Amino acid sequence: MAMAQGTPENGVANGHSHHHVAFWRDERKRGLAAQLVVILAILAFGWYLIANLLANQERLGIPLGLDFLENVAGFQLSFAVLPVTLESPIGRLLVVGGLNTLVAAFFSAIIATFVGLLIGIMRLSHNWLISRIAATYIEIIRNIPLLLQLVFWYGGVLVTLPRPRDSLSAFDLVYLNIKGLFMPRPVPEPGAGIVLIAFVAAIGIAIGVARWARQRQMATGQQFATVPVNFAIVIGLPTFAYLLLGRPIAWDVPQPGAFNFTGGVTILPEMTALIIGLGLSTAAYVAEIVRSGINSVSHGQTEAALALGLKPRWCMRLVILPQALRVMIPPMISQYLNVVKNSTLAGFIGYPDLFSIIGTSQNQTGRAVECVMILMLFYLSVSLIISVIMNWYNKRVMLVER
Amino acid sequence: MKQVKYVVAGVALLAGMATAAQAASTLETVKSRGNLVCGVTTGLAGFGAPNDKGEWAGLDIDLCKAVAAAVLGDATKVEYKPLSAEQRFTALQSGEVDVLARNSTWTLSRDTQLGLDFVQVNYYDGQGFMVHKELGVTSALELKGATVCVQEGTTTEKNMGDYDKANGLGFQPVKFKENDQARAAYDEGRCDAYTTDASGLAGERTALKDPASHIILPEIISKEPLGPVVRHGDNQWGDIVRWAHNATLVAEEKGITQANVDEVVAANAADNTAADAEIQRMLGITDKMGEGLGLGNDWAYNIIKAVGNYGEIFDRNVGPATPIGLERGLNALWTKGGLQYAPPVR
Repeated sequence: MAMAQGTPENGVANGHSHHHVAFWRDERKRGLAAQLVVILAILAFGWYLIANLLANQERLGIPLGLDFLENVAGFQLSFAVLPVTLESPIGRLLVVGGLNTLVAAFFSAIIATFVGLLIGIMRLSHNWLISRIAATYIEIIRNIPLLLQLVFWYGGVLVTLPRPRDSLSAFDLVYLNIKGLFMPRPVPEPGAGIVLIAFVAAIGIAIGVARWARQRQMATGQQFATVPVNFAIVIGLPTFAYLLLGRPIAWDVPQPGAFNFTGGVTILPEMTALIIGLGLSTAAYVAEIVRSGINSVSHGQTEAALALGLKPRWCMRLVILPQALRVMIPPMISQYLNVVKNSTLAGFIGYPDLFSIIGTSQNQTGRAVECVMILMLFYLSVSLIISVIMNWYNKRVMLVER
Repeated sequence: MKQVKYVVAGVALLAGMATAAQAASTLETVKSRGNLVCGVTTGLAGFGAPNDKGEWAGLDIDLCKAVAAAVLGDATKVEYKPLSAEQRFTALQSGEVDVLARNSTWTLSRDTQLGLDFVQVNYYDGQGFMVHKELGVTSALELKGATVCVQEGTTTEKNMGDYDKANGLGFQPVKFKENDQARAAYDEGRCDAYTTDASGLAGERTALKDPASHIILPEIISKEPLGPVVRHGDNQWGDIVRWAHNATLVAEEKGITQANVDEVVAANAADNTAADAEIQRMLGITDKMGEGLGLGNDWAYNIIKAVGNYGEIFDRNVGPATPIGLERGLNALWTKGGLQYAPPVR
C-alpha cells in the first residue's frame, strides 16, 4: 500500500482515495502478480516434467546416473584428437568427440570468415561481373540445405580422388587417394625442443619488430618492410637451429601397406568435406554481414579517406573495415554459433563428432536422458563461451568509436 | 533434422512417458484404439521395407501382422512407424509404439538396462563382412589395418571392436548415421570392407553399382539373435507377441499353411478321435488357449490365415527364391537342424 501511494500513476493521479485501490486495479501490482503466476506455472511445469521423468525411469527400472561413462566403449574412431583405444571408457570417447567437434568447427569458422570477407567485398565491387559472381554464390549457397551441401562435398571429394593403388604422390613423401591425404609426420629427437624454442622466440622477435616498425612509422612516417622481414625471421631462425643441431627432427614418412598407407599424418576426406562444406556455406551468410557492415559506413568516410590521398586498398583496410566491424560483430557471433551447432551433421558424412559418438553410446547403454543432457550441456557451454569472447571483442571494437 | 528427432525423443521421454505410465495395459490400448502401432526399420530389404506396391513387407512386418491378426483379428490394422537405430528403443520406452519388430539384437544389457523385454527370436543372424573382390581377400583375418564402413548406433560397431581386439586387426572404422551413406562410401572405395549382419549384407550387395565385384567373407563374427521387443512389466503383452511367433513355428511343424488351415480345422474337428490334439488346442477347437493370452480362441487360426507358417514367411521375404536369397541355416526348425523351436501348445 505504501508503495502504491508514492507513485503518481496509481490512485493518486485520480485525486482521491489512496488506500482503497484494489490490487487488481493497481497496474504495478497486477503486473507483479501476473509475473508471479507465470513463474509459478513454469516451475510447476518443469517440476511435473522432472517428477514424471523420474517416476517413469523408476517404473521401467532404468537407472539414472553418469556411472556408465566409466564403462568400456569398445568401439574405435576414424579420427581422434587424443589417442583412444578399444579399451577407452565412454567418457574419454565423449571428450574426444567434443574436441573433434571443436577442431572441425574452428577450421570451418576460419574458412567462413576469410571467404565470407572476400565474397562480401566482391559483392560490393563496381565491376559488374565480380559482383554478380559473388551474388550468385551467396544465393545458391543460402538456398540449398546444408546437409545436401555436405553430402555433395563429400560425394564430390570421394568421386574425384583415386583408389589407393593409383594414389597421387608428390616426391614419394605426400600421397593422396580416396582414403585421405597422407603426409610425413615430424618425430622429435633430442634437441628438437630447442628448435621449438627457437620457433617461439622467432615469433616473439617478429612481434617486437612489428611493434617497433609501427612506432617508428607513427613517429617519423618512415615505413618498414615488416612482412618479408618477419617472414624471414620466423622461417629462418628455427631452420638455422634445426641445421645447427644436426637435424634433430626425424620424419615419419607414410609407407604403402596392405590396405592403407601407414605412418605419417592422415587428413581424412570426411574431415575435409565437413570443414570445407560448413566453411563455404557459412561464408555466404558472413558475406552478407560484411556487405551490410560496409554499407553502413557512410560514403563520406570513403570520400574523405580518398581525399586524404589514401590508396583505395588502404582506405578499405584503415578506414572502412574498422568502422564496419562495429556493425558486423553481433551478427557474426550468431554465425560462429551456427558453425558449432551445424557441425552436428558430421555423422551423415562419417566424421566422428560428439553428436555421432553420443548416438552410439546412447544406443549401447540405453542412457538416453543422460546422453541428451550431456549434449545440451556441451553445446550450450560452447555457445556461451563463444558469446562471451565475441562480446568482449565487440566491446573492444566499440571503444574505437568516434 | 536429426537433432529435432532427437529432441523429440527426449521430450517424449520426459512428457510422453506420462501417457505410458498411466495408461491401461498395452492389450487394452491396442484393442480400444483398433490398430497396432509397430516400430519397424526405415528400410531393410526382406525384413521391413515398402515393396513395389508401396506396402510394407518383410519378415518383421509379418510379425506385426501376426500380432495384429491375433489381437484384432485383422492383419491390416497395423500402423508402421519407421525408426532409426538410435530412435527405436526410446520410441518403445515412451509408448510411441506397442511393439518393436526392427531386426534388433537381443543382448543382456539391452534386456536389462532399457526397461524393455526381448520376447523371442524371429531371425538368428550374425555379423559378416563384404569386401571388394579386387583386394583378393578371402578371410576376415586378412583385413589387418583395413578401413571398414559401418552404420553407427548399432551392435555392429561393438562386435567389430571385439573381433578387432581378439585378433589384433587394427580396423579403421568410418561410421555413418545412415546405412545408405555407409554403403555408398564403401561402393566408391572409401572403405575396403563393409560390415553388418549377414542377412543385411546379402540385401545390401544387390544395391551396389556392380554386385558381382564384391564378395561376402565366410566369417560370422557375432551372434545376432534378432527379435521383437516389448516394454518391461507388461507380461501379458509380452506373452502375446512371443506366442504370435511361436504359433507360426508350431504351424510349420504341423504342416499347417495359409492355404490349408481351413482344411486342417475341418479335419481336426473336436469329435474326431484321430485328430492331432495340439492342433486342436492351438486352433481353438478344444480347450481355451486363447483366454490365457487374453485373446479369442481363434488367435492362432487368424495368424496362420493372415501370414502363414514361419517357413512360408521366411520363403516369401528372404528365402532362396527372393532377391535376398538366404538359406534357412540356423533358422530352420529344430527338427531340421536349425534353432527355431517353439514350446508346446498345451
